[in-house]
Amino acid sequence: MSEHNEDLPAFCHPVSTKLLFGVFFGLIGLTILTVATSALGTGLGMPPAFAFPLAMVIATIKAFLVCAFFMHMYWDKSFNVLAFLSSLLFVTLFIGMTMMDTGEYQPTIEAFDRNNLANVDVSE
Amino acid sequence: MAVADSHDTHDDHHDLYDHGEFIAHHFDSAEQQFDSGKLGIWLFLVTEILFFSGLFVAYTLYRTNHPEVFEQAHVFLNKYLGGLNTIVLLFSSLTMALGVRSAQLGRNKNCSVYILITMVCATMFLGVKAVEYSHKWDMGILVRSSFDLTYTHPTPTTEIGKSLHISDYLVYLCIVPALLFAGFVVASAISKLINKNMLAKFLMAMAITVSGYFLGVCIGIIFMSATDAETGSSHASVIAEQPLMLLASTQDDHSDGDHDEADHDKADHDKAAGDPSHDGEHSDNEEHFGAHPADGGEASFDDHHPDPSTLDRDIGIFFSIYYCMTGLHAIHIIGGIIALGWLYWRSLLGHWRTDYFGPVDYVGLYWHLVDLIWIYLFPLLYLID
Repeated sequence: MSEHNEDLPAFCHPVSTKLLFGVFFGLIGLTILTVATSALGTGLGMPPAFAFPLAMVIATIKAFLVCAFFMHMYWDKSFNVLAFLSSLLFVTLFIGMTMMDTGEYQPTIEAFDRNNLANVDVSE
Repeated sequence: MAVADSHDTHDDHHDLYDHGEFIAHHFDSAEQQFDSGKLGIWLFLVTEILFFSGLFVAYTLYRTNHPEVFEQAHVFLNKYLGGLNTIVLLFSSLTMALGVRSAQLGRNKNCSVYILITMVCATMFLGVKAVEYSHKWDMGILVRSSFDLTYTHPTPTTEIGKSLHISDYLVYLCIVPALLFAGFVVASAISKLINKNMLAKFLMAMAITVSGYFLGVCIGIIFMSATDAETGSSHASVIAEQPLMLLASTQDDHSDGDHDEADHDKADHDKAAGDPSHDGEHSDNEEHFGAHPADGGEASFDDHHPDPSTLDRDIGIFFSIYYCMTGLHAIHIIGGIIALGWLYWRSLLGHWRTDYFGPVDYVGLYWHLVDLIWIYLFPLLYLID
């Protein structure tokens, strides 16, 4: 994993080139996998409903690899990791709250006659 | 580490670590300075994620409420070009991580090489993106308010566009990089003449960085014509190749029947002049599809080239979201290249040591975040099936 050389200061953790290349080829493999499942997935009998979650799972594995090894999170102070993960919590709140509110004006939108815009009074 | 250390102890530290030039006097030690910077960059990355999350919310809302628009729109994105760009960006992440490692070990020369490769990959990414954008603009795939899908690609009017058979938009997108390239080469030569060798080397590296953009453009054009020919029927591939390899085959036909063509052009222009709803550009378009029904010029529709009249009228909103997300991401790439240029300069000066490599680490984290965002953008925009 991280080479620990006595000559280096305690905060210096160079990651071994072997691990970096390993992560890189892993990421390339996952990219090819995600394009392949998108291109061939339904042809191989995968239900279409699976395609999106599968793509997101693969993207999340890739994000994990990048964060943990390229971004040194594996060796980083836990407070930095906490700060980063807290942003994901707020993104979840942002998306979740907005999604809960999305139906609010749906009746008004549905009542709007899109095909007869000439009949809509826009004077007010 | 006590914050209340006296000035005397600071002086001791400076002697102790023997690197006074880069340790700011308000830090006790190299480690404290590094940790503070690291926390700072993580907090910045948090704000970046929240910044992008607004666009992810727009995407999620629009996709949940109008899934049909996404199904119609994704056929206009070339997933192989997107995949190519993903690989380019992942590779730049690898070289960035290797650059950070070199800086940590105090190997300044290796670090500068890795940073240069990272910058070239970044500009390559932008070059491929420019090919994608200009292809869409040619077809009239724009944001919602100006979306006008026609498949009729305007003939290039610029001299470069005509001679290389590439879209005018692509020519425009290449102007700034071309000027930058010329500027860097000239500035590098001047620096060499006045014996500023380090500066000359830096400016030459910047010229190489910018040339990566043109490499990206070339790869993008080749990749796009190859993958489009594979996915479409023969008719469709004529349509698909037009914006880039503009009617290479039809151009040959033009030379065969030169006089006829001239007559056609004249007739078309007369028609256009008489009809106020058609401007000059439209008459050029009609020439391609109207004047050559025999050689496959007639627009034909298939899965990859659906009939515009069957598409949802709000399909342009997908592209509004697409341009905002990829455009904001591209702006981050440009910012990253500038930061990497600064790191490259400092590597040339030999600033990195085992106890001072913070700036490389911080810019590296930013660069990986840009990569991370693309990791999500790619399946969300390109792989909708």
